[in-house]
Amino acid sequence: MTEVGKARRRKEDARLLTGRTQWTDNLRQPGMLHVAFLRSPMAHARITRVDVSGARGMTGVVAAFSGQDLAAEQGSLPCAWPVTEDIVIPDHPPMAVSAVRYAGEAVACVVATDRYLAADALEAIEVDYEPLPAVLDLEEALAQDSPKVHEAGNQAYTMKVTSGDIDAAFRDAPIVIERTYHQQRLIPAAMEPRAVVASTDGDAYTIWTSTQIPHVLRVMLALTTGIPEHKIRVVAPDVGGGFGSKLQVTAEEVLCLLLTRRLGRPVKWNESRSEGNLTVHHGRGQVQRVKLAADADGRVRGLRVELLADMGAYLMLLTPGVPLLGASMFNAIYKMDAYEFGCTGVFTTKMPTDAYRGAGRPEATFGIERIMDELAAELKADPLEVRRRNWIRHEEFPYTTISGLTYDSGNYEAATDKAMALFGYDKLRAEQADRRDRGDPVQLGIGVSTYTEMCGLAPSRLLKEARYAAGGWEHGAVRMLPTGKVEVITGTSPHGQGHVTAWSQIAADALGVPFDDITVIHGDTAIAHKGMDTYGSRSLVIGGVAVLQACEKVREKARKLAAHVLECAPDDLEFADGAFKVRGTDARATIQELAFAAFTAHDLPDGVEARLDSEATYDPDNYSFPHGTHLCAAEVDTETGMVRIRSYVAVDDVGKVVNPLIVEGQVHGGIAQGIGQALFEEAVYDTEGNLLTSTLADYLLPSAADLPDFVTDRTETPATGNPLGAKGVGEAGCIASTPAVVNAVVDALRPHGIHDVAMPCTPERVWRALEGARS
Amino acid sequence: MPRITVTVDGITYQEDVEPRLLLVHLLRERLGRTGTPVGCDTSNCGACTVMLDGKSAKSCSVLAVQADGCDVVTIEGLGANGSMHPMQRAFHEEHALQCGYCTPGMVMAAIDLLRDTPEPSEEAIREGLEGNLCRCTGYCNIVRAVKRGAQEMGQAVRTS
Amino acid sequence: MIPAQFDYVRPDSLAHAFRELASDEDVKVLAGGQSLLPLLRLRLAYPSKLVDVARLPELAGVHDRDDHVFIGALATHDEVMRSAAVRQGCPLVALAAATVADPAVRHRGTFGGSLAHADPAGDLPAVVLALDGVFVARSAEGEREIPAARFFVDYLESALRPGEILTGVKIPKLGDGWGFHYEKFHRTAQAWPIVGVAVAVRRSNGAIQEARIGLANMAPTPLRARAAETALQGTELGDQVRQACGEAATGTAPPADLHAQPDYRRHLARVLTHRAVRTAAGAP
Repeated sequence: MTEVGKARRRKEDARLLTGRTQWTDNLRQPGMLHVAFLRSPMAHARITRVDVSGARGMTGVVAAFSGQDLAAEQGSLPCAWPVTEDIVIPDHPPMAVSAVRYAGEAVACVVATDRYLAADALEAIEVDYEPLPAVLDLEEALAQDSPKVHEAGNQAYTMKVTSGDIDAAFRDAPIVIERTYHQQRLIPAAMEPRAVVASTDGDAYTIWTSTQIPHVLRVMLALTTGIPEHKIRVVAPDVGGGFGSKLQVTAEEVLCLLLTRRLGRPVKWNESRSEGNLTVHHGRGQVQRVKLAADADGRVRGLRVELLADMGAYLMLLTPGVPLLGASMFNAIYKMDAYEFGCTGVFTTKMPTDAYRGAGRPEATFGIERIMDELAAELKADPLEVRRRNWIRHEEFPYTTISGLTYDSGNYEAATDKAMALFGYDKLRAEQADRRDRGDPVQLGIGVSTYTEMCGLAPSRLLKEARYAAGGWEHGAVRMLPTGKVEVITGTSPHGQGHVTAWSQIAADALGVPFDDITVIHGDTAIAHKGMDTYGSRSLVIGGVAVLQACEKVREKARKLAAHVLECAPDDLEFADGAFKVRGTDARATIQELAFAAFTAHDLPDGVEARLDSEATYDPDNYSFPHGTHLCAAEVDTETGMVRIRSYVAVDDVGKVVNPLIVEGQVHGGIAQGIGQALFEEAVYDTEGNLLTSTLADYLLPSAADLPDFVTDRTETPATGNPLGAKGVGEAGCIASTPAVVNAVVDALRPHGIHDVAMPCTPERVWRALEGARS
Repeated sequence: MPRITVTVDGITYQEDVEPRLLLVHLLRERLGRTGTPVGCDTSNCGACTVMLDGKSAKSCSVLAVQADGCDVVTIEGLGANGSMHPMQRAFHEEHALQCGYCTPGMVMAAIDLLRDTPEPSEEAIREGLEGNLCRCTGYCNIVRAVKRGAQEMGQAVRTS
Repeated sequence: MIPAQFDYVRPDSLAHAFRELASDEDVKVLAGGQSLLPLLRLRLAYPSKLVDVARLPELAGVHDRDDHVFIGALATHDEVMRSAAVRQGCPLVALAAATVADPAVRHRGTFGGSLAHADPAGDLPAVVLALDGVFVARSAEGEREIPAARFFVDYLESALRPGEILTGVKIPKLGDGWGFHYEKFHRTAQAWPIVGVAVAVRRSNGAIQEARIGLANMAPTPLRARAAETALQGTELGDQVRQACGEAATGTAPPADLHAQPDYRRHLARVLTHRAVRTAAGAP
């Protein structure tokens, strides 16, 4: 059996399970100092005075700086996605100098010999603020008379794209449904808080940081600080989750680099959870106006989407682009005649938003999957039946959608049929009807969501069209060591995904070497020197293929050597089970023998180098399009409003699977996060712009006791765009589960005349919806 | 500064500590036991869970001075003779960890649960882990791992 | 985050503890620290000194006495929920203690600490109030008893005086014929209750003879639902009980916060009281 497809247990686990970890906060450098940041208690204010002198004399304090002190050298944090020609990208100093624009923005810092003393010294810093009005609501922010977050106004950009004759689609349409949905702000809350260690030998700099993007960060640090790129080494040691939140160039990373440069000593900063809730970029944050036109039989004619997207106070690395990742996704798996998408990015005095698991695609999927349920309700038809009437049939692939993407493969019928069978769809519908008839105070809701996502970010040519500042290739390298063992170097930067295991499986098959003979190196720009890192469900689809192609190049090099050793023509050789065999004879050379031959170099043919290693970069032609059908049964207590998920079934099609165990784990975790958005999580700011959910006592993450077991299964329709046939799985669960759960809640309440409950569907919100319906 | 005596993973230490020093910082910064991480400020996440005199405790919410005279077991002290504890093995087998940051605390909470519920139901496992948050796994495989760990620990008891 | 500096002393006797408490007005008592440590870490409290009473034997243990169970202030939630004396003599306390926070916190958090903290959202204050517990406090001047009805003064404020230490709580045994239930309504397992309802009812001849109801998080202090208690007297399970429980929110002053507005809390108090009374009364 090949390694690819096996449920291999992870190579990563042993060290994580025994505490032999390299979290950034575990690292120490000789003479290391500790940094603490003083943060604005106000959402919006002019800074009129910062006096750090009180801190400077305190025990253990080595230095204290205000934003003014660093102003000349700190530059501006980068935005890599100027989505329109006329986008407004405001200056974003890592430490505020003259104004603060969100609660939590750093205004000063202390560097001390110990983290306790650094924390104490913050209290001796004096800051005078002249309060300015907070800007919180997206619609009010766009009003003429709104207070301004930045001088240029509160609109960062606005754009619109249309495909097909949208007016014709809506003209005389028998059914037109219009809804407004709110995507609340979420706090990504990776379990490992951020941490940074920076050091310098006076010339070169090393920064260890809890990041998903060591390679991107290195380039950006060079561009923002002026330190030459070859003098910067970025290391992502063990990284405890990201979910997009560590896909960022953060103020703290830049400032730690500047502080080590100023002081000539290593510095460490580690974030507290309450600091992180305030200052790790938030996710989502949209108002979605969705309007759908359909024929009387439920065929969708057209879709109009108008988004207001909350940028927060500044544009960070990908901030403006995140909502636009949904631009081609609202039409989802459905065929239609016309589509219009518009989006306006709005500044507010809140923490900037940026990528959070799914980034734009969960929001789009929510919008369409919610309104497809409304269409079903309008037609008094089964929601799956209405979807079936509209989706792309499996024989229609490849299919170019109304928004212009070409879906290479898929089978929505198969995934849906399998999900319905596992779920016991008809039986649950019967129970629902029975509970409705009996007037049971606990009603049953059945929620449906299909989805697809464009992932495997991304083809560089398409990224150029989207005005993204970089490409989307990935790099892989393979080194055969003299003893026949293998080092795989990858440009992806795993933080929980299990790349070490999965890449080993790919390389084991490609080179015919044992799984255990392979080690995978990543996350250090000095060693894994080239990469575009990990986000957007791209690692396997792009990075895995790069590894595969690097292995194939090694194999071809080895073939030349084997032909020389075995005294035959390269074409006479066949490769199987890790050895080249001369066809029709017993003569063979294993790849390990060839690796040793390359090492000794005693008898290399002309033109063959003394190395059996290779590199590859892979850049796909198209995105990949995983899809699936998720079904949720939720019990809604109509007396208290409490929602309890009774069962959850997910059938995903992520193409060919390298490691089913890892795939299942990704789906599980995604579902839990999507349920978190549907029922529990919301970053809440008060009317002054203070974050009320600054701790995990207030920002509610679901625990094991709050979630059911998930039933997961797969269908397998290989991607046709890459040699692995893989489609990506990192974000899938999180995309489908939110609408599935909210559809279940609304389905339970629909007999009461309720057609929406805002997220998170808290008991109070459900109760208020019922109260509103009763009165 | 108060002087405390504390045994951590079988080694006894005498340390002069500031009263405000948190147990987790004693472990991590003074004793070099960095296997126990910190995940929050409010004792909600459970990443820092250790055994304190045989019972689970959140070491971010205990002062080092409160642990004077106590026995602490961290994730680093669980295995014996270089092999993993059955619960650690069960987490590996069931793919019950991804990023691994919650894992030390989760394993400790799981072992603690089995002290009085050696054969827990799914519901008992979920409730027993209510003080430990994981953002990666959705808990399904953690629940499976605790069941497996319980079985293996039960077998170990029966055969010993 | 990191606590501000403070002094620390671990007295070897109650007398020593009293002296330490009198030494400064910003002194705070430390027991399990499960409420205090998060406050210190967030720098929401700046005590000058912590007096660690956790090892004083006078405050330890659960004691079965004739007509009451004496729960020492240092008994942990875990100890309380497992105590045979508590489970037999005042099962409602065991039921509620098992819902406090999570297992690791219950190993450290103490019964007395939770009560002295006087958080109206706590589970145990409402329970002790419902059961007419009697708080026993000691100071250099001697011992005094404070009935639960007078113990909870205001938000996070108890009747304990400066220099006084809670040594334990007497929970009267209610005898035969009583049923109990604690109904906790929270959004996630480890979240604080939006509303909690502690109920003890005595039933005979098919009717409720007496009911005691404590409400958590319905005012700046825990409350008794007196109007509902009165209305429940003599009712039979069914519409009568439902109607009587409609009085559960009378006289409450529930807070508005992130998780609920007052009108919703009042509604919950009525629904949850009804559920708790039915369960306590053994309704199917």
